[in-house]
Amino acid sequence: MTLETLNKGNGIMDKSKTFDLSKTGLTRRTTLKGLAATAGLVTAPGFVRYSQAQSSAPIKIGFQSHRTGIGAAYGRWYEKTTAAAVKAINAAGGINGRQVEVIIEDDGTDPGRGAEVVGKFATQHKTDIVFGTLFSHVVIGSAPAAGEAKIPYFVVSEGHHVASTKLNRYVFQPGITDVKSQIQSMAPWIAANAGKKVTQIFPDFAFGYDHRDYLPPALKAQGADVIAQIAIPPTESSFTKYFPQIPAETEVIYHVMVGPAVLTFVKELGEFYGSNRPQLFGFIDSLEATDINSPGLEFLDGSHFWEGSPRYAQADDTEAQKAYRTAVGIDDNGAAVGDPKDVSTAAHMFGCWETLYVVKKAMEDAGYKGPEDRAKLVEATEALTAFAEGPEHPQGAKTFNGKIHQCFGIQNISKVEGGKLKVVHKTKIEDGLYEAEGDYTTQAL
Amino acid sequence: MHFGPHLLLAALEGLVTSAVLALTALGLSLVFGVMRVVNVAHGEFFMLGAVLAWAITTAIGGHPALGFLAALVIAPLIVGAIALVAERLVLRRLNYNPEATIVATIGMLYIIQQLALTFYGPEARPVEPPFSYRILLPWFGYSGYKLSIIAASALLLVATWLVLTRTKIGLIMRATQYDSETAQAFGIPVGRVYGGVFALGAMLAAIAAVLIVPISQAHYLMGQDPLLLSFIVVIIGGLGSLRGTVVAAVLIGLSDGIISMFFSPTLAKIIATLLVAMVLVFRPQGLFGTASR
Repeated sequence: MTLETLNKGNGIMDKSKTFDLSKTGLTRRTTLKGLAATAGLVTAPGFVRYSQAQSSAPIKIGFQSHRTGIGAAYGRWYEKTTAAAVKAINAAGGINGRQVEVIIEDDGTDPGRGAEVVGKFATQHKTDIVFGTLFSHVVIGSAPAAGEAKIPYFVVSEGHHVASTKLNRYVFQPGITDVKSQIQSMAPWIAANAGKKVTQIFPDFAFGYDHRDYLPPALKAQGADVIAQIAIPPTESSFTKYFPQIPAETEVIYHVMVGPAVLTFVKELGEFYGSNRPQLFGFIDSLEATDINSPGLEFLDGSHFWEGSPRYAQADDTEAQKAYRTAVGIDDNGAAVGDPKDVSTAAHMFGCWETLYVVKKAMEDAGYKGPEDRAKLVEATEALTAFAEGPEHPQGAKTFNGKIHQCFGIQNISKVEGGKLKVVHKTKIEDGLYEAEGDYTTQAL
Repeated sequence: MHFGPHLLLAALEGLVTSAVLALTALGLSLVFGVMRVVNVAHGEFFMLGAVLAWAITTAIGGHPALGFLAALVIAPLIVGAIALVAERLVLRRLNYNPEATIVATIGMLYIIQQLALTFYGPEARPVEPPFSYRILLPWFGYSGYKLSIIAASALLLVATWLVLTRTKIGLIMRATQYDSETAQAFGIPVGRVYGGVFALGAMLAAIAAVLIVPISQAHYLMGQDPLLLSFIVVIIGGLGSLRGTVVAAVLIGLSDGIISMFFSPTLAKIIATLLVAMVLVFRPQGLFGTASR
């Protein structure tokens, strides 16, 4: 059985309490077997256990998780953050007075599996929405299935594909900003502080192409230039062979690498350049779930990173940020409380928390009752315009453009200093705004 | 960067790839040559070697060289033991039937991979190299450890060759490879030879992984690329031929290094695959293989 519950412990879906067979007092093995079979049936997907009014049944959120495959480290922390957010929402009375239940399916970080998982949520689990995808190729592969099933699909992906309006009206990204906006708001800082001649190193797939396409114009506007672009296949495990392509006059190496090989990348860059290196500016995506103090990463000391939400606790953290970190269970170094080696994906996973609160707000605005109200939910989400900083949005204030289904917020630029990441610059929301490339609201529901 | 240094860097990178590839492919080639078993799980033994190297170095601590040397000895032994158990429990019960063993080793691949995911986790974890000497050339810096991989691999290949050609164990293995029924008739314990060869093949992959892990990191999906490349090498070199495996590994490693540096890594893969196709069409037994009897 693939059905799983995240909110164990709140007594709502706790199977050990609901179906505790040990206290029935029955001794006959056959009876027990029958009971066990019934319990299995009752917990099977799609079985309605609630004989009362529908309003007391939980709201079901289908979580498309990268539990295996190259996104597995992200998947694990997305699950932890989601569990924490759902626990907080349920403790405060749920959504429209109904508890929230999360059903997890593993997509193997694979676009084909992703589409199947969306279909499974829509037809078998009959969840109210699908949620939680990170990797851009999985989002792009799954979006058509969500549009076909007419099930709202809330992704936490960071890619520009949602905002590009190339997907469909059922896909939203309200909890994390997109790459185009991130690049645009950070380009002035890069040009002013790091250097004017930039060489880009990026992975050879959708997420990397966002960087390839949007960095050059953003830097051009600041009087800086991208002088070389080096695409690296996502499965590559050795990088030295690419380094001769980096022009000698390079002042900044802008690196975005995703996948398990990033440590090798940094180490080989260190061997290649030694202490005489250009400035480095990178996306923390490369080092999410990786200890910044791992052997070989000393080379990153003094370099800069983009962070969606800071991994390390900062001196000026808000109360909401502190409460969020406690709820998710990460310490001041961004690692799991009690296990300093278990480093989180802090720069991205806040998006799960914030997206769930956006879903809550939209469902309440729409007076959402069940799958028949999915179209209403889409319209209610599109009608949202801003999210204030606070416990529901601990990363910071955001605006939301309902036409392109994308939120806009602040970015952090952090410096590696003494084995920690210290935020040295925060951008403003306005820095990342751009012209909408289309309008989802003109599409039929 | 000028052409000369550029080519030197490409050749060095290619040689490191070749060194690791030769060891991994040799394991695959031995298992096929002697047992006629296509071991699809070979890459997972490689991965296990790397994961165990991480576990051992972490458990030992102290100077990185200490943990690394321990890993170089212990990890292959554990992997060999696991392979031996797998051979006893699975392959032997299938009577080494070629089709059945392919399916069985595919199953083993997934079991080992998912167990690694469950108990080791999805992260890529680093292992410190035993020494971190950086060779400073006039044009670029290069890792001294990488060069030592080439030397270590060459030593191991020579040792394997000596065992195969100069010892009684090697003679027994070659006899089993040549004709297992006749070998059995002459009192050679073919079953035990098979178990030993399967374990040895897995151990070679594990040693290659321990050597590469300080420059690559242990990750539960890391067995896929070496498996594919090993098959390419073994097909080009000829299944069961030690010389062919080494020559093909150097060929594929160097061409991968040089082509992907001057053109693109995709082109390097295309050419390697094309080479396999050409070999299969014009010389199906491989460059150094002998036609099956």
